[in-house]
Amino acid sequence: MIDQKTQDELREIAARYPEARSGLLPMLHLVQSVEGRITPEGIELCADILGISAADVSGVATFYTMYKRRPVGDYHVGVCTNTLCAVMGGDAIFERLKDHLAVGNDETTEDGRISLEHVECNAACDYAPVVMVNWEFMDNQTPESAVQVVDDLRAGKEVHSTRGPRICTWREAERVLAGFPDGRADDGPAAGPASLVGLGIARERGWTAPDAHLAVTSGQEEGQ
Amino acid sequence: MTTLTPVLTDNWGDERAWTLAAYEARGGYQALDKAFAMAPDAVIESVKESGLRGRGGAGFPTGMKWGFIPQDNPKPKYLVVNADESEPGTCKDIPLMMASPHTLVEGVIISSYAIRANKAFIYIRGEVLHVIRRVQRAVEEAYAAGHLGTDIHGSGFDLDVVVHAGAGAYICGEETALLEGLEGRRGQPRLRPPFPAVAGLYASPTVINNVESIASVPSIIANGHHWFSSMGTEKSKGFGIFSLSGHVQTPGQYEAPLGITLRELIELAGGIREGHELKFWTPGGSSTPLLTAEHLDVPLDFEGVGAAGSMLGTRALQIFDDTTCVVRATLRWTEFYKHESCGKCTPCREGTWWLVQVLSALEKGQGSEADLDLLLDQCDNILGRSFCALADGAVSPITSSIKYFRDEYIAHLTGGGCPFDPSRTTAWAGQEVTA
Repeated sequence: MIDQKTQDELREIAARYPEARSGLLPMLHLVQSVEGRITPEGIELCADILGISAADVSGVATFYTMYKRRPVGDYHVGVCTNTLCAVMGGDAIFERLKDHLAVGNDETTEDGRISLEHVECNAACDYAPVVMVNWEFMDNQTPESAVQVVDDLRAGKEVHSTRGPRICTWREAERVLAGFPDGRADDGPAAGPASLVGLGIARERGWTAPDAHLAVTSGQEEGQ
Repeated sequence: MTTLTPVLTDNWGDERAWTLAAYEARGGYQALDKAFAMAPDAVIESVKESGLRGRGGAGFPTGMKWGFIPQDNPKPKYLVVNADESEPGTCKDIPLMMASPHTLVEGVIISSYAIRANKAFIYIRGEVLHVIRRVQRAVEEAYAAGHLGTDIHGSGFDLDVVVHAGAGAYICGEETALLEGLEGRRGQPRLRPPFPAVAGLYASPTVINNVESIASVPSIIANGHHWFSSMGTEKSKGFGIFSLSGHVQTPGQYEAPLGITLRELIELAGGIREGHELKFWTPGGSSTPLLTAEHLDVPLDFEGVGAAGSMLGTRALQIFDDTTCVVRATLRWTEFYKHESCGKCTPCREGTWWLVQVLSALEKGQGSEADLDLLLDQCDNILGRSFCALADGAVSPITSSIKYFRDEYIAHLTGGGCPFDPSRTTAWAGQEVTA
């Protein structure tokens, strides 16, 4: 049974938009945060709130890969095996994790702690090979480091993204995606090291973009 | 030697760069007042004059796109930011939003003012939790400081911004599929015309721009369009973030004027991995045809890369050295396109499936040389025959890899399998073979 608070929050999401149906994607994220997956009840409730059919909602829920119809683990581990990460070691990491956790793609460990899938490019190619845990970045992984991460998570230890934030549970992450911030935006640094390499070189060599005043002056001269 | 020009990346190393306090401390939100002192059409004109072209891959002139919004249309106008960065190799918008979300928010306000939109949406792919936290916080802070809401800075201009998380679908980077997702539907592209400028979100006039395009706007307004167009090349003005990944010594983000070359960028990145040579690379993500070492001096601008037979795309430079099998790389990309095909149109839905069948067999050394022609024939039946550019992108790695590495495909057939050792390509491979 989805409680009244969640029902109110689902309506609150729909109300953010000029047309309520626009709220469906974040609403389904909220359903996952309370139900642990997309449930028939969650689908019916979204359909009721939006005044559309359950089939319409199902059609959307089955289109997007982040929506899960079976329960995932408390920690959902995604190994990038798109070409760049695969070549840099993602394939080896994925094989090692499957073996270590004794699960296949899109499966969950018996203790319900870890689920594993291979994911497509997650926009961190300069940190390849990349593993995502509950959609936080684990940059520059090796098979050994990835095994350490899942072992620590299974043991209940606190694990941090390589870019700072403490890894929360999958359900907690889904709530943030639904548009209910958890107040942790300040965790971690502004950028990981690879994001800063060009800037570092520019600083070291004294390179900058052109001076705005000079550009304006020469521009005005051109104009005359 | 082209020098780097940090503008968008300039504050990424600042202490707590993502906060309003840090952004304002270095002049943030001052471009907003300058924009409000201008008429909206003058802002559009300035962006047109700057020569800014869309940074999401297609390179359409941003100011011209804004100018297409029919201002006599009585419906509300909308600005939608495409923050669905998913093109394989592309990794610039995500660090931008993580490090300096206020640059994007200020850009959203100025751009919305220019096109006269009172509601804007930032559609961020769902798989980047901390980035979404940072953008949510930036929007909250901007409201609290009076940069968003009603009568912003006393200008009489009102703007509301909604941060919207996607749910996993590469296709939603295609602008009309993104609109479908934002309307709560399956992300399948729409037939055009009508174009979004006329009938976009809720069938209303809509501008959809990439994160980096919108984030470039405050600097153009603050420093003037002459400043922006003083960088770059004749038809590709300004700076852009170049993302180097793969087999270079120092992968990362390098912000430079358009027209810099890969040779220059690789030199800045410390060269190719020790003891190896450049084999092939993508100039702008996997949907842009592969190039090779013979293209090291191609100017990385829209015209230069186009003339070399590829596309500038998103400046996602994925670098592969001589340990990498091009057939393995191509097969993996093809599997990606098959997985991400939305299924709406037949050439893409069926075609990408068949491409994977034929390529998988070739990669295992099965089939015959005639299968290469079969592959090219399949590509010919897909390219330009689909609803959107996803399918065009899907054939790019195949046709370009056969063009440059036909012998390598044949070596798979004659050798009965892949001649490469995949363990030699990994990030840690070099450490194990030291003398």
